[in-house]
Formats: sequence, structure tokens, C-alpha cells
Amino acid sequence: MIVRIRNPSLAIGVTTVVAIVLAAILGPMLFRADPLSIDLANTLAGPSRVHPFGCDALGRDVLARVLYGARLSLSISTVVVAISLVVGSMIGATAALSGGRIDNLVMRGVDIVLAFPGILLAIALAAILGPGLIDLAIALTAMGWTGYARIVRGEVLTLRERDYVLAAESLGASRSRLLMRHLLPGVAGPLAVQATFGIGGIIGAEAALSFLGLGALPPTPSWGNMLDAGRAFLLVAPHLTTAPGLAIGLSILGFNLLGDGIAQKVGHRA
Amino acid sequence: MIHYLVRRLLALVPVALGVATLTFAIIHLVPGDPVVAMLGETAAPADIVGMRHQLGLDRPLLEQYAAYLGGLAVGDLGESISYRKPVSQLIAERFPATIELAAAGLLVALLLAFPLGVIAGANPGGGADLAAMSFAIVGISIPHIYLGPLLMILFSLDLRWLPLTGRGGFEHLVLPAITLGTALAAILARMLRQSLIRVRASDYMRTALSKGLSARSALLRHGLKNALTSVVTIVGLQLGALLSGTLITEMIFSWPGIGRLLISAIGARDYPVVEGCVLTFAITYVIVNMTTDLVYAIVDPRVRIS
Repeated sequence: MIVRIRNPSLAIGVTTVVAIVLAAILGPMLFRADPLSIDLANTLAGPSRVHPFGCDALGRDVLARVLYGARLSLSISTVVVAISLVVGSMIGATAALSGGRIDNLVMRGVDIVLAFPGILLAIALAAILGPGLIDLAIALTAMGWTGYARIVRGEVLTLRERDYVLAAESLGASRSRLLMRHLLPGVAGPLAVQATFGIGGIIGAEAALSFLGLGALPPTPSWGNMLDAGRAFLLVAPHLTTAPGLAIGLSILGFNLLGDGIAQKVGHRA
Repeated sequence: MIHYLVRRLLALVPVALGVATLTFAIIHLVPGDPVVAMLGETAAPADIVGMRHQLGLDRPLLEQYAAYLGGLAVGDLGESISYRKPVSQLIAERFPATIELAAAGLLVALLLAFPLGVIAGANPGGGADLAAMSFAIVGISIPHIYLGPLLMILFSLDLRWLPLTGRGGFEHLVLPAITLGTALAAILARMLRQSLIRVRASDYMRTALSKGLSARSALLRHGLKNALTSVVTIVGLQLGALLSGTLITEMIFSWPGIGRLLISAIGARDYPVVEGCVLTFAITYVIVNMTTDLVYAIVDPRVRIS
């Protein structure tokens, strides 16, 4: 029997994301190796039954480190996207509803932040704040909020001319009621799409910053710093880069497919 | 045209000023004392005072800001602490390497995207489409920091076809350019496929077919030309990712550009260099963006430049 899947992106995306989240939550409970315990007898050991993904240069278990890295990566990206989403939406909605000078000022500010290509702003901030998880989250949020601000502003500007919004307004609905009850629900679809892609993007950005030594610092296992450490052993121990590399790739793939799937479902492209 | 150019150039001024101000604010207002960071927590107070004076950090903030902007206006970005050379000189020496890498990455992206997008868009739903789009989704998802080492293992260490790191002739450029360009190639291929599918349903394609053009030449002569505008749009939108991708790629392949200068300056706490590099990246991006708008107007005559 062939089951026709109407939205394969959504199906594969959901499966991948659920698998990764489960691995992050349950993985360290089921596979009880210590990601920090050093065992010099097992330096650069290849995959085996005890160490399915092998060991790194200090003999630490790579699978355990990838699983703990998943916790770090998923929690940072979720927190960063949640804060960016709330802050960005508030700024975007305020700009759209205030109009005029305030709108102009806010959007010029967004333009200036967007003039810093890609993760450059996060790199600059992380450089000054110093390495560490909270500083990393601040740096990534400073980079990430603009997308949400733009979407919410754009959607609110269109939605507020709709009849049902004008009707609510003429019935005397307050600005905050208008926003919460009528405008934000209309933006939910595009925001969900943007946030899903956003999580994938932040996972990549976090890995890149940690790779550059500006994020999670060793010995804390993060996919980015594992990749960086593994680079020195490309020839003798390729599993050191393969494991975290596939973890990052699969996570980004999962969230990208999920984003595609949600976009198809809600009929919005981010 | 000239009128439009002048207006666009004038519009650059406030953005550039904003970028310079934000860069200054990040370096000077964010908590953390660069001097203590440079000299270490145990430095003698006299040394700290001396260093602060040498860098001009003991002057009022507004005065520092004015001096900074004044310097910028004449291309003076200050002096590097670790190299003891003007920052502008350090950047000028490395800028060509970064531009070379970015241009090569863009070229790889275009060379990969066109065949993939056309193959997929010519016969949507077919096997070639599925293969091309699977490649695209993997290409979008694979991070530079993994693709780079992967290519190094395969082509430098295993097959020994290409050099591992550094800048030199063409063979040094191949792996970094592929690392940098793959993600953009994948995004462009997807976009191209979609535009081709949209274009196929249009009236002028039906006209082209009914006047006797083969499906193939109609797609290449009329379809592709019209899909080109969306390619330029996406390239414009993705140039930021490409530019910040050079930073990571330079680190992976020890490419002597300003990305590597920036990261090593961060490690050395050489703040004037950090400031200069960040500013250079941002201003380059702003200028490149403006150029894309101009290209857009050339590619699509329907876009009026007035």
C-alpha cells in the first residue's frame, strides 16, 4: 500500500526535528558516557561498541559530546529565536501603528543593523562581550530580531486596512486590543515560518561562533568547537569532524524542511 | 541615469554614518574594558592609565567619537596595537584576497545554479528535478565549517589533487570557492526552478511555442531571460551571507583576507583593527547592495531608475 504524503517537506521536517529534540532530551539519559571524562588510553580511538562515534584527542566519548552539544545548540537557538521574535514583533508593531517619524526612525535603525552582513554583528558583539553562553545569546539576538520586526511591520500595515480591523477600530477597540486580538493572529503564519527557519539559522550561527572561539568555550561540548578541535586530526580521525558536522547539517536540514512545510501549509513564504 | 547614481550615492551617507556609529558604540559602549582585556587583570595601574591615554580612551566619549569620525572622513582608521601599523594599511593589503574569494564563491554559485535550476525547472516532478532539488536542500543545510573540512579530506588529503590551505594560484582558490558558493548555488537553483515553472505558464511562452520554437529553445531564449531578474534579486539578498561566509571560509583555509585579520585581531584584543575590519565589511556590503540595484535595472528594463 502506498500512502501518498501531501506535504513531504513537513513530514520529513517534523520527523527529523522530533528525532533531534528526543536525542537531546533522552540521549544523555540513555547513553550514560561522561562527555567531559578524559581517557588518554583512548586518544583518537575510532568507532567501537563502547564508543559508537569514537573518541577525541583527549579520549572523550564523541557520541556523548554530540548529544550534550545538541542540548546546548537547541536550547540556545530556541531561547534566541523566542526573544528575537517577541522583541522584533513588538518593535515592528510599534513602528507600524505609530507611523510617521517613529516608524521612519525604527526602520532606519533596522536598515543599519541589516547593513552588517550575516553573522558579522554577532561576531563584533561576541568579540567585545567575551566568550560565554549568555554573551553568545545576546550577540545572536542582536543579529536576529530585525527579520521579525520587518515581517510584523509589513503585515500590520496591510492588515490594519482590512474591513474587520477598521470595524473593530470604529467600535472603539483600544490599540492594544486591536493588536492582540486582530492584528497579531494574522501575522502568526509568516512568523511561524520565519521562526522555524530562524532556529536552523541560529544553530548554524552558534556553531560558527563557537568554531571561531567566540561561543561556547572548551571543555563545554558544542558542535562548533568540536568541529574546530577536530580539524587538526582530519586525516587520522575524520570521525571527529564528521559527527558534529552531520549533527549541525541534519538539524539545519530538519528545521529548513519544517519551515518549507509550514510555509506550504499556511500559504506564506518567508 | 547619472542623476539616479548621484542620488543613490547620497543616500549612502546616512547609512554609512549609522554603520560607523553602531560600530563605534559596540567597541566603546558595551561593558568590558578593552585596556584591561589587552593588558590582563594583573596589569599595573600605571600601565593601564598609560595605555588608555595612548589610545585616547581617557578623553570624553563625544570627543573620541568626533575624532573617530574625523579620521574616517580622511580614511584614517587608527593604528593597530599588535602590528604597530596603520589599520587602513593592514586592511588594504588583505582586501583584494577577500574580494577574490567572494567573487570566486559567487562564480561557483552561478555555475552550479544555472544547470541545476534549468534541469529541474524544465521537467518538474521528474527524476532529474528530484535529484537537483535534493542536492539543493543538502547544499543549503550543510554549514561552511563542515563542508570545508569535508572537501579538504576528500580533495587535499585523500586524492591530493588540490592544496590544503593558503592563497596562491587557481588551484588554491577552488576548495574555498566551492565551500563558500555551495549554499548560494542551492538557494539560486531552487529559485530558478520556481521562476521557470512560473514562466512556462505565461502567454509569451505559449506564443514562442506556437510560432514553432522547440520547447528547449523557448525555455532557454525566453524563459531563462525572464527568470534572470529573480536570480539578481536573490543574489542581492544573499550577498550578506556570502560576505560573512568569506570570514568563516578564510579561517578554515587560512586565506589571508580581512576575515582572518578580524578574527586574529579579536584574539589579540587589537580593538582598532576589529573596529576597522567590521566597518570595512559593512561598508562593502552597503556598496555592493547598491550595485545590485543598478544591475537589476540593467537586467530588467521594466524597472525604471528614476
